[in-house]
Amino acid sequence: MTPRRNRMLSVITLLVGVSLAAVFGLRGCDDLKSYFFDPSQVVAGAVKGDQSFRLGGMVKDGSFIRVPESLDVSFVVTDFAQEVKVLYNGLLPDLFREGQGVVATGKLNQYGEFVAENILAKHDENYMPPEVADSLKQKPPETDY
Amino acid sequence: MIPELGQVALILCLMLALAQMVFGFAGAATNRANWMAVVKPAAIGQMVFATLSFATLVIAFLQDDFTVSYVANNSNTALPTLYKVAAVWGAHEGSLLLWVLVQSGWTCAVALGSGRLPQVFSSRVIATLGFVSVGFLLFILLTSNPFWRMMPGAFEGQDLNPLLQDFGLAVHPPVLYLGYIGFSVAFAFAIATMLGGDLNTQWARWTRPWTTLAWLFLTIGIALGSWWAYYELGWGGWWFWDAVENASFMPWLIGTALIHSLAVTDKRGLFKSWTLLLSILAFSLSLLGTFLVRSGVLVSVHSFASDPERGLYILIFLGVVVCSALLLYALRAHRFDEQGHFDLVSRETALLVNNVLLVSAAFVVLFGTLYPLINEGLGLPKVSVGEPWFNAYFVPLALLLMASLGIGMHTLWRVSNTNSLVRRLRWLAVVAVIAALVLPSLFFGRTAVMTVLGTAAALWVILSTASELWIRYRTNGNVRMPRAMVGMLVAHVGVALCVAGVTYTSAYSDQRDVALKAGESYTLGNYSFELQTVKQVEGPNYVAQEATVGLAYKGKSLGVLKPQKRLYRVQKSPMTESDIHARLSRDVYVALGADLGNGSYSLRLQIKPMVRFIWLGALIMALGGFLALTDRRYYLERRAVEAGSKARTA
Repeated sequence: MTPRRNRMLSVITLLVGVSLAAVFGLRGCDDLKSYFFDPSQVVAGAVKGDQSFRLGGMVKDGSFIRVPESLDVSFVVTDFAQEVKVLYNGLLPDLFREGQGVVATGKLNQYGEFVAENILAKHDENYMPPEVADSLKQKPPETDY
Repeated sequence: MIPELGQVALILCLMLALAQMVFGFAGAATNRANWMAVVKPAAIGQMVFATLSFATLVIAFLQDDFTVSYVANNSNTALPTLYKVAAVWGAHEGSLLLWVLVQSGWTCAVALGSGRLPQVFSSRVIATLGFVSVGFLLFILLTSNPFWRMMPGAFEGQDLNPLLQDFGLAVHPPVLYLGYIGFSVAFAFAIATMLGGDLNTQWARWTRPWTTLAWLFLTIGIALGSWWAYYELGWGGWWFWDAVENASFMPWLIGTALIHSLAVTDKRGLFKSWTLLLSILAFSLSLLGTFLVRSGVLVSVHSFASDPERGLYILIFLGVVVCSALLLYALRAHRFDEQGHFDLVSRETALLVNNVLLVSAAFVVLFGTLYPLINEGLGLPKVSVGEPWFNAYFVPLALLLMASLGIGMHTLWRVSNTNSLVRRLRWLAVVAVIAALVLPSLFFGRTAVMTVLGTAAALWVILSTASELWIRYRTNGNVRMPRAMVGMLVAHVGVALCVAGVTYTSAYSDQRDVALKAGESYTLGNYSFELQTVKQVEGPNYVAQEATVGLAYKGKSLGVLKPQKRLYRVQKSPMTESDIHARLSRDVYVALGADLGNGSYSLRLQIKPMVRFIWLGALIMALGGFLALTDRRYYLERRAVEAGSKARTA
């Protein structure tokens, strides 16, 4: 390859690279990724306005309520320090249970309740989303819980 | 007794892999033919003992030997026989044993198929493969032994994770591994080339069929995984940009780039060092994928129960492989000078653009996958990077790739006439764009920017392929062409179909969660769903509620669907078993949810237009790879070259 061709190629590569970088830069990252909060952070006001985020924690024992014969459910997500009430309309994942880890995606409504669009439950008996495990590790449950 | 035999066989495997590695490298370095002669029998022996070891684990599963803790944790007497076999690779330890088996299979194939390669070169190739085998064998023996006994043995097994009790899973991992590990062959060829420092580009020709074969398996493996996730895991989702899916997708993207750059290196002797780098990258990303899956550092629906010790081992192994390979590359790559010349408008440039885009796409995926980890490492707020992010960055690259693909197919090596290229393609572009503007609204009554772009991209590639055939027919009176060329065209049509499937499924899927009582029905689009009955049924190792849902299209009955909600007896975990009414044009997907009380049940109803095109496209891509692989000219050329080189030495 002659030096001229060589240069031409580098220029093309560079152009493609720069334009891609520009696309990246202009779009910004922030609106495309979602944040993960636990109930304590939510109660402390970490969520800004209408922002969609992922809420993780345990489904509190005895908190699950279903409006009879409908898909409307509500339950409480706890990290053993604070609690957030979650509202959801739809099918729950197979492994959703009280006393188990859950990650819900959605937004807070005006009453501070979390309206979930999507709910993920842990994958198998040994598995807990690492985020949930972490946030529970930081706040161990009371021994008499 | 039998599991101990498996253990011994595994240790023998390690010894043979070590011999392969040491004698291969040392023999090649000192040019001792008798040392180098060791590698081939060692590779065959490794294959024999790996098979033996794997067979003992299969036997342990078939015999319900619950004194072996891996069997006790992943099987059960009530598990159907097919799944007992599939359970062998259903969890961490066994899947590593599968890895070792597949690795030894590839090594053996290379050893047997490399008879005509120069001995020094083939020794180094097999030695490199031996090195990789050693890494994985040590990993199994030190941290993840599937033959571990427990005393006293369990009376009954814990059963296989119900999610994995499925045909898709029985075949998905082996095929995927064939692909992942297949890239170790390209890697080994690259290492041997750099060690040898040969300036000719023979190695590129030797590597090509192996790389294509590995790519073919990876393509099918990913498609199978996506299909499995679709009907078993995801309630109708076919791709989640989940860390584990990304782990298989990155090597695929790099592998695709590698196939294309190998073509340039083989045909034109250009892009040599770039091809070497891609060979290293493809396998490194396969290893990185393994690390991500096995270490549990990332949130994923696929994560196995994780163990930091194992993660650390793979991280170290990954570090050793990648660093030594890149060090070698840094020391030797400059020797592979580029000589040759091509114009701005030429096939070389088209393939360069292809490579830049594919590699960028791979890095986008890599970045998105690791972003949460980086954030966590820096102590920033926890984030998750999901579908919107990946779509925003990946889709534009994919569209650019499609645009350049249509042009690239018509370019010639060295130099292409820009005017004739424009003349050939301008009307195709116009037709593709107009059709894309019209078709979606015609069939679905509404349209969107992404739909138009996706349709245009798919049509553009298909039209471009068709015109290639047409021009051939017009000039030659027939469409005869080399098999490799047929493969290329077929694979590109596969890409177009896949893109079309993705576009239409994403844009026009309809989904509704509903609550129905027996006798009630719900209408979604043109389809009506009537819940007829829900009754209890018994499976071998589960009980299930089975709904009978009558499906009708515009009032015309299409039969019944029978989705189930299973409860597996041992693991006590519920599982949704969806039912699908499949047609090429669309899937109707019904999943049964929970009992809502008073005879009411929740159902998830979905209509997914053209979703089959996604996997069909992938299979056609793989078919293209297969066709390219079987090009006769290719093997003749190889023989001719060898005859030539023999004549020279004589």
